[in-house]
Amino acid sequence: MPNRNISLRRQMTDYFFTGLAASLSVIVVSALIAILAYLVLRGAGSLNLSFLTQTPKPVGETGGGMANALLGSVMILGIASLFGVPVGIGAGIYLAEYGRNRLGQLVRFTSDVLNGVPSIVIGLVAYGLVVLPQRHFSAFAGGVALAIMMIPTVARTTEEMLLLVPHAVREAAFGIGIPQWRTTISITLPTARAGIITGVMLAFARVAGETAPLMFTAFGNQFWSFSANQPIAALPLQIFTYAITPYDDWHRQAWAGALMLVILIVGTTTLVRFVFMRRMLGGAR
Amino acid sequence: MATAVEVHDLKAWFGKTEALHGINMAVEAKHATAVIGPSGCGKSTFIRCLNRMHETNPEAKSEGTVRVGGVDVYEMPAVDVRRRVGMVFQKPNPFPTMTIYDNVAAGLKLNGTHNRKILDDIVEHSLQQAALWDEVKDILKKQSGASLSGGQQQRLCIARALAVSPEVMLMDEPASALDPISTAKIEDLIFELKQKLTIVIVTHNMQQASRVAEFTGFFLMGNLIEFDKTEKIFTNPSDKRTEDYITGRFG
Amino acid sequence: MGAAREPHIPDGQPTGQSFGAAAATRSNQPDSSKVPFVNQTREAPAWKKSVINLDSGFKGLMLVAALVVLGIVGLIVAELMQGSALAWQKFGIHFFFGSEWDPVSGGFGALPFIYGTVVSSLVALFIAVPLAVAVAVFVTEMCPKPLRRPISYATELLAAIPSVIYGLWAIFILVPILRVHVEPWLMKYFSWTGLFTGPAYGIGMLAAGVVLAIMIVPIISSITREVLAVVPQPQREAALALGATRWEMIRMAVLRNARAGIMGAVILGLGRALGETMAVTMVIGNSPSIAKSLLAPGYTMASVIANEFNEATSDLHRSALIEIGLALFIVTIIVNILAGLMVWTVTRGTPARTNA
Ligand SMILES: Nc1ncnc2c1ncn2[C@@H]1O[C@H](COP(=O)(O)OP(=O)(O)O)[C@@H](O)[C@H]1O
Ligand SMILES: [Mg+2]
Repeated sequence: MPNRNISLRRQMTDYFFTGLAASLSVIVVSALIAILAYLVLRGAGSLNLSFLTQTPKPVGETGGGMANALLGSVMILGIASLFGVPVGIGAGIYLAEYGRNRLGQLVRFTSDVLNGVPSIVIGLVAYGLVVLPQRHFSAFAGGVALAIMMIPTVARTTEEMLLLVPHAVREAAFGIGIPQWRTTISITLPTARAGIITGVMLAFARVAGETAPLMFTAFGNQFWSFSANQPIAALPLQIFTYAITPYDDWHRQAWAGALMLVILIVGTTTLVRFVFMRRMLGGAR
Repeated sequence: MATAVEVHDLKAWFGKTEALHGINMAVEAKHATAVIGPSGCGKSTFIRCLNRMHETNPEAKSEGTVRVGGVDVYEMPAVDVRRRVGMVFQKPNPFPTMTIYDNVAAGLKLNGTHNRKILDDIVEHSLQQAALWDEVKDILKKQSGASLSGGQQQRLCIARALAVSPEVMLMDEPASALDPISTAKIEDLIFELKQKLTIVIVTHNMQQASRVAEFTGFFLMGNLIEFDKTEKIFTNPSDKRTEDYITGRFG
Repeated sequence: MGAAREPHIPDGQPTGQSFGAAAATRSNQPDSSKVPFVNQTREAPAWKKSVINLDSGFKGLMLVAALVVLGIVGLIVAELMQGSALAWQKFGIHFFFGSEWDPVSGGFGALPFIYGTVVSSLVALFIAVPLAVAVAVFVTEMCPKPLRRPISYATELLAAIPSVIYGLWAIFILVPILRVHVEPWLMKYFSWTGLFTGPAYGIGMLAAGVVLAIMIVPIISSITREVLAVVPQPQREAALALGATRWEMIRMAVLRNARAGIMGAVILGLGRALGETMAVTMVIGNSPSIAKSLLAPGYTMASVIANEFNEATSDLHRSALIEIGLALFIVTIIVNILAGLMVWTVTRGTPARTNA
């Protein structure tokens, strides 16, 4: 017969651990809420038209904005995508369609290694590869640093998504006489499109907030710059610069910049999650 | 003769689909009862309701009463039900990270038995009952349950279930993943076990049902079509559908 | 006992299926031998040739992209080795054991940064591991279904927030809370450990550890969720069928099976914490000293690079910073490979659990 005593104690233990796991989960979720809430609370007030249209004002003058940093981020990310996306997708195609060999293994491994390299180290390397030979900081150097960070994510998601495309789809194409390269470009890639876009956008969102790799490459700039060859401001860099100063005006700007950045990143991530993820699963099955 | 398990109007659902449409059955104590029927007819669902395993599926729902030893299982903590009504699954599932000994002792330890002597005794006794003792007594604490052969693993799972001395043992196609020799051993085992406890065994092998069970229930599309002495079911069924099935005229 | 009459094949399917399978395999063969194009006209060879060229050209192009990945990692290694050569020649292995860091006099030892990196990461793990594992277990095993997605989504969002924003939040929200509420309390009750002594600045190792913890919870918990998901359902059922409560089932069948994978997830979290730069730089206090108290300011390998690289005037100083970068690179790679192996041993070949 069941021993009620033990059963009660075991039941209590069960409740205890369920409660523990639930409350620790609540703590984690509250951390997120706390961070987002403070961003809105402190940032929303300063996130106005002048923030979006003006350049930074010197200390003591109120107002000013981060328009140049916004543009800078767009330029750097554009350059990064220009290099990172084609290389990443190409490497992904290689891995999925031709990579069942030693070289494929090596590339896969290397790409995972690259994914784990601390971003500050990428910054150091981009400095050595681009800034030093050119003898000046530039948007281009920042773009190279971020491109390096995008490549592994794009490559591995592209590979995964291509592998989700059933082999029967490829066989059907071969069967009607379409050559392999054509099959990949016109049949396989389009089938996996939603998934690959997801990967690209997630990689994009991930590097959009990176600061460390830009410190020794894009460097930052208090003024407008429209050249890929000049030091340029970027949103995360500007937030960092302002956050560690002692001036309240600049702190407000930093919060507004942070809110802006999070809206962009969370917006991208959420969009990807709700629009593309669904379509991706639909397309692959 | 006593009734070990009484089932009244048992209905079960997966999400919105009803898998059992009101089952009534009285399972005789210390006998073996076979549950047969084409695949997908609800055999597994039925026996999983008897020890409330059904509700471990988040989609699952059930209705009706199941009494074990006269007590409604839905009035008892599920944990206690499963201790009184043990279960052996289709594919052997020993805990791979535990030794053979720990596998058998797992249920006891959960119930607070930590006395070494008692544990040793029960482990040995259970393994003997499961006809596995001689094969594993030298490697009890050295090898993991996963290192055994398929048939041995299944007997280990039976020993594991026996160790907590259940009143009823549910077996869901316990031999369908095993070779003929291992199957024969399991069938012999069932003969031994039903001296002491009640067995409900799902099988799609009709010879097996006729060999091991005194009673047989035939399920079809979530209904219990016919339930009677095994001999009657296999020689002179009263329902046309049962006859079609056992003569192989039926998918 | 009256056995069943006459030849009955149980369920009738197995044989039928095997016939079907055999037929399918057989009928495939002639098809596949027909696939290559048949030369019907004289033009065919030329056409075929161009196809082959395009095929190998396309493959070559993709190969180049794949080789770029190898090239980048090669360049990273070369660049770091070359850049750190000067410091390596000057200090050799002692670089990692010296605790003096004086750019003016030219004495460089990385020990304070190594110490700060290790300690802040350990503090982070200490806080993050219970949280992350709890979230993973709660989401996969316990929580009501409608809560599952929101909670996973919340942890995903935590992972998406940039480091610099964690830093900002930490400076203005976390640090004051630590200074006013948490640290005095720790000093009162735990100063005997020696870990919580000295003035409560707010900034310091503890602040860095806490913010790092929040940042690595998502990675640890998402990998842990993956390894929990591959624990086979029959294992859970076996435990439940023995009369285990849900928690006992989790302990006996789930956590036990997933141990190595969870360990891998934790190590992966460690890898992240070691290389994390901005948030740490903003709250750790940036002082190259080795203090036992977690309330004291410290410095990490990543932050010293971030703070000093642009201002380094001497070649030796720059080279010393790059050598720290090289060390960081090597350590994170080893840690990541280790973690990857541990996770892989658990998840390899097993498809994710379907709730069947
Ligand atoms: N996990 C599940 N989710 C949804 N439907 C299920 C699940 N398991 C079984 N079913 C359905 O319930 C019915 C009975 O299944 P089951 O009891 O497993 O049959 P049997 O064991 O007789 O082969 C089937 O129609 C099956 O499709
Ligand atoms: Mg079944």
